[in-house]
Amino acid sequence: MADRFGPGDPVRTRTLDPAGHTRLPRYARGAVGEVVESAGRHPLADDRARGRSTPPQAVYHVRFAAAELFGTGDHSVTVELWEDYLEAAAGRDPVQDGSDHER
Amino acid sequence: MSGDHASAAIAGQVRHVETLLERRGLLADGEIDRRIDEFLAGGSPANGARIAARAWVDPAFRERLLADANGAIGEVGLSMSGGIQEQRLKVVANSDTEHHVVVCTLCSCYPIALLGPSPTWYKSEAYRSRVVRDPRAVLAEFGLQLPPDTRIAVWDASAESRYMVIPRRPAGTAGLSEVELAGLVTRNGLIGTAAV
Repeated sequence: MADRFGPGDPVRTRTLDPAGHTRLPRYARGAVGEVVESAGRHPLADDRARGRSTPPQAVYHVRFAAAELFGTGDHSVTVELWEDYLEAAAGRDPVQDGSDHER
Repeated sequence: MSGDHASAAIAGQVRHVETLLERRGLLADGEIDRRIDEFLAGGSPANGARIAARAWVDPAFRERLLADANGAIGEVGLSMSGGIQEQRLKVVANSDTEHHVVVCTLCSCYPIALLGPSPTWYKSEAYRSRVVRDPRAVLAEFGLQLPPDTRIAVWDASAESRYMVIPRRPAGTAGLSEVELAGLVTRNGLIGTAAV
């Protein structure tokens, strides 16, 4: 199965609040960031913690602006997230904002 | 968010399971401690320091390291396969415009093979919760005052990769050998909570 996302893709993290183990940090839920690069393929930690056999899936380094996560700050936070935690977010229009998507 | 586990229910459960496994002959006496010792053996900040020094003197190595750290560290005789499975390594390099710092907000993931066991503060709730929100203030508490225009990039080791920072090479070190340069690199420099 091909990776759903690639470098530069805007993604939004889910707002799931599972009862058990997850490795989607609470501070990074429901936030929009940008995929930096692939971090390989690994079985979903949430499933492994529940003793479920689960196939490897894509994991990504996703970069967030601090202001997006905390409402303040000028730094970035790059979080490593399984594909299940992510959905596609609306991207900026490269024509409209004039950037060349330097990635 | 988890903190000190020593007296937590989970610690009691783990001890209980360990006892049962030993009683049923599935685990030899002290086997877990032995396995942990084996995993830690050879893990030292000296390893990370060697990698950083090589990256300083060899720009091509630096490029390979940033693109594929697991492959590159093999060139200096190191690997991330000392545990149950090979761990992916991600190396990032500080520059005069950007400073990187590593944290594991969910627990205490750390590149033990390259840095040895992690310092206590790395596992503390204070560091884990604060460095993602206000890294500039936390770094200042470590004694690292960054210029206001230096961008800060925090890396949260929230999944399977382990992370290491290549500090900036100090000024005035042009005449030093690779071994001498490695001697300048500190553990905190490789985590990103200090300059070198």
